[in-house]
Amino acid sequence: MDIVVCIKQVPETTDIGWDPKTGTLIREGVGGILNPNDKNALEAALQLREQHGGLITALSMGPPQAEDALREALSMGVDKAILLNDRLFAGSDTLSTSYALSLAIKKIPSFDLILCGKESWDAMTAQVGPQLSELLNLPQLTYATEITVNRNSVKIKQKLEDGFRILEASFPALITVEKEINQPRIPPMDSIMEAYRDKEVQVWTAEDLVKDKKHFGLKGSPTQSRKVYSKKVQKGKVTILEGEPDEVAGRLIQTLKQKGLL
Amino acid sequence: MTFDNLQEYNGLWVFVEQGDGKPARVSLELLGKGRTLADKLGVVVTAILIGQNVTEMAEELIFYGADRVIIADDPIAKDYRTEINTDIIFEQVLKEKPEILLIGATCIGRDLAPRLSARLNTGCTADCTELDIDKEMRLIVATKPFFGRDLMADIICPFHRPQMVTVRAGVMELKDKDRKREGELIYIDVNLKKEDTKVKVLETIRSVSDSISLEEADKVVAAGMGVGNKEGFEMVKELAKLLGAQVGATSLPVDEGWISDDKKIGQTGKTIRPKLYIGCGVSGAIQHSAGMINSELIIAINTNPKADIFNFADYGIIGDVNQIVPALIKELRIVKG
Repeated sequence: MDIVVCIKQVPETTDIGWDPKTGTLIREGVGGILNPNDKNALEAALQLREQHGGLITALSMGPPQAEDALREALSMGVDKAILLNDRLFAGSDTLSTSYALSLAIKKIPSFDLILCGKESWDAMTAQVGPQLSELLNLPQLTYATEITVNRNSVKIKQKLEDGFRILEASFPALITVEKEINQPRIPPMDSIMEAYRDKEVQVWTAEDLVKDKKHFGLKGSPTQSRKVYSKKVQKGKVTILEGEPDEVAGRLIQTLKQKGLL
Repeated sequence: MTFDNLQEYNGLWVFVEQGDGKPARVSLELLGKGRTLADKLGVVVTAILIGQNVTEMAEELIFYGADRVIIADDPIAKDYRTEINTDIIFEQVLKEKPEILLIGATCIGRDLAPRLSARLNTGCTADCTELDIDKEMRLIVATKPFFGRDLMADIICPFHRPQMVTVRAGVMELKDKDRKREGELIYIDVNLKKEDTKVKVLETIRSVSDSISLEEADKVVAAGMGVGNKEGFEMVKELAKLLGAQVGATSLPVDEGWISDDKKIGQTGKTIRPKLYIGCGVSGAIQHSAGMINSELIIAINTNPKADIFNFADYGIIGDVNQIVPALIKELRIVKG
């Protein structure tokens, strides 16, 4: 059972800047962490390898510092790590990100499953998993809280708003996982040291993926930010009720009564 | 690859999600919003309805704003499946070339929209909070909260069609239905076989919920970290019960485990627009306020007079939740006898 896990490095803080020219986030120089939900995808892959054997490749696209996210995946126990890094990838929207990832996956010799976190905590679009399944023409199994692998098929428990579904597909397939699927392992210090000292993160550029590079990055993205602006929500003047707790409570209840809300 | 035949694309479509014999509320909200946007462009609104025994819902979709309803009513479409819905919509989009496609950002919508956008090679802007039309450019302008701080971004998809957008439930107002509206029903054949689909639905397990969903509640009492502890949170629940309100929370009480994840309001949770919102110990940071700013009457209780929530609340009480909430409970018990 060979598995590719797609991971993303996300900013560690919400207090980051944006480029007014391109309307995209400035990720360089901001501390990054491995997207928490992607750790669930890594953990799920590691558990499947424990049961069924195989090779796990972690794949990410990002600036040079995204290597740290891949080192973290290596320290958790994945076998190989690939970083797609090229200035041409900068400013990619979800579709051009999925496109680059799909080309990279096509170069990976063998895979039975692709695992992704459901969504990243910075953008939260949950789009890359489904777009990747389409570009690779794979069955799409989203929002998994359980994964069961049989000889010829994989089953997931899919979490929806009003319950669950059990879905089944043959290999190869793509699965996006919910955070409740597992508790990601915390790698011991020596694994972390080893991941930095002895393990390799391969770096692939646009040139390594395809000759025609016009679908990458900002230029290859159908969506564009036209304007980014600060919006302080301001509804109007607030009426402050003052006095002792009993007094203000009484006035508030009267107000609600007058407005027909009781 | 951009599209060189942009002017051939015309009209606004809304994907209608359905279940239990009725259309999803978010789809009706989008029909109402879609109607307004289409009128600005001077184009027709088309609802696309897929499922088994769904034809009866079509009239309702017209009342909510559709001019036409494309209906794919077939046993194979009984359960939502990514492939089947993508195949059907893809084929119709190629045939009719709509310029805009709106989809509710539900679990199903968030499964379908990106898959479809990749097949159509077009852009899809997720989880928008406002939609408008740039008439000159003939573009939909999709506004969404940007990561962090209080940033908003206006996103456009200038050179690909259809321009796809997803919107969460409760973000757009549910317009009143107009029973006088008339429209056209278009039945299409589904030429797909069960064997063609790679994903099988083996089982569907519905969880029974005893409470009205937050999105549909008229009154919501929300707790923030200012409630202090689990006991403080229980008092908020008591207040909600007396008011006949649903209980929601910011992300911290959810992280503490005082309430389940599905009661979280804000950017990573539900979007609500109740008649009455009471924030107890809620500071009003954008992560939460993005999900409740459209509430009709906002009441804030917080110890910090500089808390953001007082910038957009209608009524404010500056004080400790653990003193104010018990006083409100006491007062309500008196009023209600």
